[in-house]
Amino acid sequence: MSIATIPAVARGDRDFDRRLGGFSRAILDPDIAVPSGLVGPDGRPDAKRFAVYRNNVVAGLIDVLRAAYPAVRRITGDDFFAAMARIHVAESPPESPVMLDYGRHFPAFVAGFPPAQGLSYLADVARIERAWLEACHAPEAAVAEAQSLAAVPPERIPTLRLRLHPSLRIVRSDWPALTIWRMNVADAEPAPVDLSRTEIALIARPGAEVEARAIPPDTACFLKALLAGAGIQAAVLEGLAESPRFDPVAALSGLMQLGLITGIEDGAE
Amino acid sequence: MDGTFHSPATVLPARAGVGLKPEHYRRILDTAPDIGFFEVHAENYMGAGGPPHRWLTAIRERYPLSLHGVGLSIGADRPLDRDHLARLGVLIRRYEPEMFSEHLAWSTHDAGFLNDLLPLPYTDTTLARVVEHIDEVQSALGRRLLLENPSTYLAFAESTWAETDFIAEIARRSGCGLLLDVNNVEVACTNQEWNPIAYLDAFPMAAVGEIHLGGHLEESDAAGRPLLIDTHDRPMTEGVMALYEHVIRKIGPMATLIEWDADIPEWPVLFAEAQRAERVMARLAASLGVRG
Repeated sequence: MSIATIPAVARGDRDFDRRLGGFSRAILDPDIAVPSGLVGPDGRPDAKRFAVYRNNVVAGLIDVLRAAYPAVRRITGDDFFAAMARIHVAESPPESPVMLDYGRHFPAFVAGFPPAQGLSYLADVARIERAWLEACHAPEAAVAEAQSLAAVPPERIPTLRLRLHPSLRIVRSDWPALTIWRMNVADAEPAPVDLSRTEIALIARPGAEVEARAIPPDTACFLKALLAGAGIQAAVLEGLAESPRFDPVAALSGLMQLGLITGIEDGAE
Repeated sequence: MDGTFHSPATVLPARAGVGLKPEHYRRILDTAPDIGFFEVHAENYMGAGGPPHRWLTAIRERYPLSLHGVGLSIGADRPLDRDHLARLGVLIRRYEPEMFSEHLAWSTHDAGFLNDLLPLPYTDTTLARVVEHIDEVQSALGRRLLLENPSTYLAFAESTWAETDFIAEIARRSGCGLLLDVNNVEVACTNQEWNPIAYLDAFPMAAVGEIHLGGHLEESDAAGRPLLIDTHDRPMTEGVMALYEHVIRKIGPMATLIEWDADIPEWPVLFAEAQRAERVMARLAASLGVRG
């Protein structure tokens, strides 16, 4: 088929799509020349004009990361943060127009970012901030009535399965990352921290506000098992495997008090 | 569906409103300010649950609402993102906003979503594509869309349509309404060296269902010419307010939103900007004998 027999609209379509493709690549990569035919009022190219779009996109996405990772930013300082975020933005632009979701891959990026290696806990703080954001926007779920568990005959409790609140997240750290995070959000003041400690953070939004607290390793193992769909008995065994001092009654009542049990199902065969 | 969307079931009041910001949620609910409506960016409420929805639900019960999309990429030569359209449908069913608006712009390509309102060439081809996309949006959402005129920093050499003619033809072919952003008119006309009054006089005012006002930054291009940047981070200039007066003289009082999206001020500062617009409408309504 000669060019003359291709319908004009189809030809135009291809050109149109290619045109915007060139535009979008040049936005994310400042080493790519500004595409031709993008002009000022005199009909001539003007790099400063194209730079406005480049800056809007890149600075806008860095701002999204700033808002999502305030503690990481405070720990590194804004200049370091912006330089780190700029590299991440160029490597991993958003896949969706929903900016609430952008920054999902940032903690993994921080973990592998060589200049941040001196701050060994930084990626874990980022994981906590990501979990906080996910908990904040997670679906609503009604809390199960406390009586419904109290009404179960004690011998049946081991066979029950618990549905936990969809906002619940658990973040394990080889550092006291929860403590460090807390010291670097809102009006908190950073203070010396014993970096030999490890912490496991439970983050959830059972009501209107996101809550974060440290939990012991046995409780974390118990919760992980419940989240994976295990019945109470199997989950308790996981907790006990982690520590013989695991107290399942305290763990269950803690979940109840936080409003994180949203369903109780009889798992008996 | 009858395929036409010329009369939305509800309209925003002919008053000033402001963009709803999390910084102001509590103040608004505690003090119930006398303001015409609130507008939200649809994408900020696309999480499943949590505080944004709780606040918006409470505020929407008390005020008219305009839903403003920034991510649909209507101006790209790509199929619309069906998942995103579905998310918009969910929000519209949930909050039943008086208005839904989007932009004459694009943001999605192979590289991903570029989080800005990028310009397109104005040709017969791009016109046809935009109209197709608006048809699809209006059919999927079952309501009329208001399309917003862009702020632009450069032009495509291949464009064959004047921007106002392009927008008028889109509205004529698709039956969509228009959101006239007066700050964008000031920004685009300065940057393109167009006459803003001539732009407004050529704009198809009969299709306008909402107005936007906002602040911009003054820069200069490489040749030293003024280059205005649509930053929404400061009060409206007197120049924008003069153009706004010109518009209200032509069409009478109209739902007018103050956009302030960065360096968010304390509530009284934002509220005062809304009052600036209300004063213009009240003064002109009185002198024109129009009831607002």
